[in-house]
Amino acid sequence: MHKKNAAKKKVSFSQFGNYNVLFEYFVRHGLEQEYVVPPAITKHTMELGNRNSPDFVCSPFKFTLGCFLEAIEAGADTIVQVGGVVACRLKYYGSLQKKIIRDLGYDITFVNLAEANREHPASFLALIRQLNPAYSLRKILRTGATVLAMLEALDRTQARLIENVGFEVNDGEYDRVFRRFLQDLREADNNVFAVLKIYRRTKKAMEQIPVDLPSDPLRVAVIGEYYTVMDDYSSHNIEKKAAKYGMRVERWMNVSNTLVHYSAPKRRKVIRDYVTYDMGVTTTSNIGFALTCAKQGFDGIIHLKSFGCTPEIDAMPVLRNISADYDVPILFFSFDCQNADTGIETRLEAFYDMIRMKKENERKKRI
Amino acid sequence: MKNAFLGIDIGSISTKGTIIDENDRILCGDYLYTKGDPLEAVRTLLKNLETKFDALQYRVAAVGTTGSARKLIGAALDAVVVKNEITAHAVGTTSIHPDVRTIFEIGGQDSKIIILRGGVVTDYAMNTLCAAGTGAFISNQAARLDIPVEDFGGVALRSTDPTPIAARCTVFAESDLVHKLQIGCSKEDIAAGLCRAIVLNYLNNVAKGKKIEPPVVFQGGVSKNIGVVKAFENETGHEIIVDENGHLAGAYGVAILARRSGALRPFDFRVADVDFRIAGKSCGRCANNCEVICVFRDGTLVDSWGNRCERGSVAVPSR
Repeated sequence: MHKKNAAKKKVSFSQFGNYNVLFEYFVRHGLEQEYVVPPAITKHTMELGNRNSPDFVCSPFKFTLGCFLEAIEAGADTIVQVGGVVACRLKYYGSLQKKIIRDLGYDITFVNLAEANREHPASFLALIRQLNPAYSLRKILRTGATVLAMLEALDRTQARLIENVGFEVNDGEYDRVFRRFLQDLREADNNVFAVLKIYRRTKKAMEQIPVDLPSDPLRVAVIGEYYTVMDDYSSHNIEKKAAKYGMRVERWMNVSNTLVHYSAPKRRKVIRDYVTYDMGVTTTSNIGFALTCAKQGFDGIIHLKSFGCTPEIDAMPVLRNISADYDVPILFFSFDCQNADTGIETRLEAFYDMIRMKKENERKKRI
Repeated sequence: MKNAFLGIDIGSISTKGTIIDENDRILCGDYLYTKGDPLEAVRTLLKNLETKFDALQYRVAAVGTTGSARKLIGAALDAVVVKNEITAHAVGTTSIHPDVRTIFEIGGQDSKIIILRGGVVTDYAMNTLCAAGTGAFISNQAARLDIPVEDFGGVALRSTDPTPIAARCTVFAESDLVHKLQIGCSKEDIAAGLCRAIVLNYLNNVAKGKKIEPPVVFQGGVSKNIGVVKAFENETGHEIIVDENGHLAGAYGVAILARRSGALRPFDFRVADVDFRIAGKSCGRCANNCEVICVFRDGTLVDSWGNRCERGSVAVPSR
């Protein structure tokens, strides 16, 4: 029984969209450890990450490192970093960040999921043991199921939010329901049905929000590099900004779609006219989604990436081809740690004007 | 008394104003340097326009603003339209050249390409993080060569053998240019090489493979540089149209947008004398340490500028 009395670890992971709610739940209930919620990303986080990172590394490295350092300041003694199955610099994030944090003089446990080997499931257990030597597999599996349901609920709710928030009659109603939803998840009972109940309740609440939806709204797809596309701070909240111009924003890329529902062979088949070989990480899924949207007659595509993201740079010429073939404009953004909002708004507003006028013109032509 | 519409384009380097009548005919226009003080620039601009404006026949019924200081000036002048410069340029240019298919625009700090088909913008691109190959760079290098910037294009045209200059990055281009000077290349050849470098930079980094189809209209302050115009013609193989009023296209476009908006907010030329408080602070986010100017109206921040790059911009609360 001595194991139960052992001091709990204070685990933390980086800020990443709204997924911290899920990490926190898994650590608290599945691993039975304490969780230190990393402070929301601010300019300070960015500066902290930037100062201690190689200058030319992609910005998610800087953001996550900044988050880790802030979490350590807030009392975390165990840091978890992901990575592993992908073929890009993310694979090296963990080893390098571990070294940087150690060099800064912090004595913490750094659990690098990139060290696990997918072909040997036991290697995951070795990592879990680092988080809790006396882990209960039953609790991990039970919480795993709950968190998986939460993931699905979260991603679907977020998609609903971003599609409709641009048309809400009273500003801020969707956000209010969404914040309540996140809080409910944090406090949910550890079973799938509790999550389903919260999901349905939120869905109903969202459906009751009055919206002023035009019959033929402008539809834009958001695609791009994994972290930047999902993290509002990194993307300068571009989805919300686009929505607020009055566009219906759709994003396929989220954790559940990429980790649970994604089928690479299917997507490869969709894009075989454009791409012969995989270019790594999210390129196949991004090109596939862009093509699907182009075929469905979307009015525009917004592509986001961190500056220097090699796989997404490879995807860009293909996206330009799709843009030309289907006459759907693409707006490219490349973010690093510092970027003013004004320049982004200028480009986004111009993009909105362009696709709006284009659509009006096409409508006139039909009549 | 007929209605007239005022469009103001406040850029990083220059401030432009145009007043049009209800048929989009330009009644008067003015152009001056912003000199880092858009408020003062607009005050002067309004005074200049007032003297050219026929106040007996017309009255200004609505104002539109564009350019990087559009929010501030829009707030100060109670504009009915505050519009990004890409849309403003497209609207202005298609009103003058309805059949235009490609617009090149190189300003003081930014450059853009706008592709139009049937009078509608179908694609555009803007330079990203850095101001390589824009007017600011030409001004600097003209000063280095001791050539007045207005004569720079003329000097370049006298060259028979333009010196190759690295086009990729302003910093590289500058060191290349200095080295070429030191080994004895003539000023004319260097000026011509620089014009070509700017065009290559633009085609590689802004136009990036977009289909450039004639008619091509070239605008922005750099379009007044005949050396760059010639280099564009050589590189693209198309005739490059440079309008006499090309530098006013943004202001003209936003005046048209103000007219089209249908909103009328009568305007008085004295309105520019509103009390604004301006505070400077150093950016400190890079070695440049740019002096960023923050503008407060009744104690609230409404705009900021003075930054040499986008890093130093202070987020502006939306109106």
